[in-house]
Amino acid sequence: MAAQSLFEKIWNNHVVHQEADQPALLYIDLHLIHEVTSPQAFEGLRNAGRKVRSIGRTFGTLDHNIPTIDQHLPIKDPESSKQVEAMRENCREFGVPLFDLGARELGIVHIIGPQLALTQPGMTIVCGDSHTSTHGAFGALAFGIGTSEVEHVLATQCLWQARPQTLEIRVDGKLGAGVTAKDLVLAIIGKIGTGGATGCAIEYRGPAIEAFSMEERMTVCNMSIEAGGRAGMISPDRTTIEYLRGRKFAPKGAEFERMAQQWLSLATDKGAHFDRTVAIDAASVAPQVTWGTNPGMVAEVTSRVPNPQSFSDPAQQRAVEQALDYMGLQPNTPITEIKVDRVFIGSCTNGRLSDLKAAAAMINGRKVASSVHAMVVPGSQQVKLDAEAAGLDKIFKAAGFEWRESGCSMCLGMNPDILQPGERCASTSNRNFEGRQGKGGRTHLVSPAMAAAAAIEGHFVDVRNWR
Amino acid sequence: MKKFEKFKGLAAPLDKNNVDTDQIIPKQFLKAIVRSGLGQGLFHDWRSKPDNADFVLNQPRFEGASILVARSNFGCGSSREHAVWALDDFGFKAVIAQSFADIFHNNSYKNGFLPIVLKADEVDHIFKSIASKDGYSLQVDLANQTVSDDAGWKAHFEIEPFNKKRLLEGLDEIALTLVHDKEIAAYEAKHPAPYPRV
Repeated sequence: MAAQSLFEKIWNNHVVHQEADQPALLYIDLHLIHEVTSPQAFEGLRNAGRKVRSIGRTFGTLDHNIPTIDQHLPIKDPESSKQVEAMRENCREFGVPLFDLGARELGIVHIIGPQLALTQPGMTIVCGDSHTSTHGAFGALAFGIGTSEVEHVLATQCLWQARPQTLEIRVDGKLGAGVTAKDLVLAIIGKIGTGGATGCAIEYRGPAIEAFSMEERMTVCNMSIEAGGRAGMISPDRTTIEYLRGRKFAPKGAEFERMAQQWLSLATDKGAHFDRTVAIDAASVAPQVTWGTNPGMVAEVTSRVPNPQSFSDPAQQRAVEQALDYMGLQPNTPITEIKVDRVFIGSCTNGRLSDLKAAAAMINGRKVASSVHAMVVPGSQQVKLDAEAAGLDKIFKAAGFEWRESGCSMCLGMNPDILQPGERCASTSNRNFEGRQGKGGRTHLVSPAMAAAAAIEGHFVDVRNWR
Repeated sequence: MKKFEKFKGLAAPLDKNNVDTDQIIPKQFLKAIVRSGLGQGLFHDWRSKPDNADFVLNQPRFEGASILVARSNFGCGSSREHAVWALDDFGFKAVIAQSFADIFHNNSYKNGFLPIVLKADEVDHIFKSIASKDGYSLQVDLANQTVSDDAGWKAHFEIEPFNKKRLLEGLDEIALTLVHDKEIAAYEAKHPAPYPRV
């Protein structure tokens, strides 16, 4: 048989029905839902008298709008409370398991899927959230969908999908000390642009990717959507297998070993075809800081805020001018001279244990600058417990960081954790769109280490030579 | 779903690349548990900015517009279908752009809303025509896959036959899928859920 890519193998394994020149009807193995993009889907089912087709393939959690303090108390915001209540009722009525407030499994949907091993190699995984690409780190085909598609999956466990193109992003070499998976993916988006992978399933390959832990791989796959990618994925290997072993929903005993062999066989074959390839040298990547209002507007920490005049395309000049105006930045300002008011460490991009460890490692007995308000929001309650067992909460609190409970929090500011107009934030999240973290707020995307260092100094620093 | 009919409508210019769904419908409107009434949130933060009478949807000459025109990568970012619901509720029936982000593109068809991809020079032509003529309108004919104006200018657009049929006939996609119920059941028999019962 011809050499196949990971994507081709998973796609072919899931086609239920296909006609020439039509989208495929694709079977969905795992469907994750949360409180914000599911209520209208359940309403649709109810109006049409339909049921959830396959109980046991859909799991729910609460993450987008829940508060990150006092989660045991009733939610104060009446609209959030109503949405959470609707989620509970919908899950009860339709038989969907829900990881509710107070549950140990509670957390951001893209953190808990892998953590519980609901996410497994070879699966098709969808969720009404664009960062579903995260799960591709396990060698799954995972992508974000809208609410109508959520309803469609609930009712049929399938989706009509046009077959995407395949894009190989090959990362050779090795990242330098102080340079992280977050810096790599920001550099990739800076290189190919926010629409650079539209219509494509990306597979990240090469020595730098193989050397990554699962948590680093998740950070990279998570931001595939910021380059427009339909999905981002990485071939399963021993690292994948060892991460999954022993987790709650993973197969057990001999069955695990049998599945592990099957999972390893999904890896892209030598000589497999990709529609496009982009190559990056890991050694050339420096710590990254976004300066604009989309994730492609990014620069190395050692460089300066760009001058709009340096772009040849008039549309781009205008876009840069508008971005700098919104961000309150002058052209040619050194990145390290940008002062921050807030620091947010968390999100489905960088809210895992290794992210919190990397941030805590920067503190080293120092304090958050007096002009800065900094907070750490673990990506799940399990991450919180693990971090506390490792003593990270004490390190953060002693330095002056707030230590919160899990949720999406200030990544999208649907709960009370928001920026005030004009406030500038170093954030480990995934989007720096206008108003994303609060109306008028200014977001700079960085790695956890860069965010922690910025909290202490009150401005960005190059963590490679900051001690 | 409603059928997509041929129509003529006022075109409103949003001359930007990378219009993200956070701008189309900011987060404060995502706490809704129904699909209706989101038009009030459409581009809320841009519309409500002080000194922003210039913003396209604040200009009286574009009141009642039903076609929004933008540049490339329209609808990028968050998967929120609320973006399409808001455009639809506000009175738009189609967006013309050089390219669309995948999820927004998919979400549009589910709501009888048409994302039209035109070439850069065609989009340019529309922007210039809007600038030079008050009340510049376009006719959108999905059956023939064309956009045209009163001066005789016409452009052809591509659309997947599957999406075209669904829009023209206003088909319920779930009902369409359930025609294949036996195939789905056969697939499920071979591939049981991988988890122990919760």
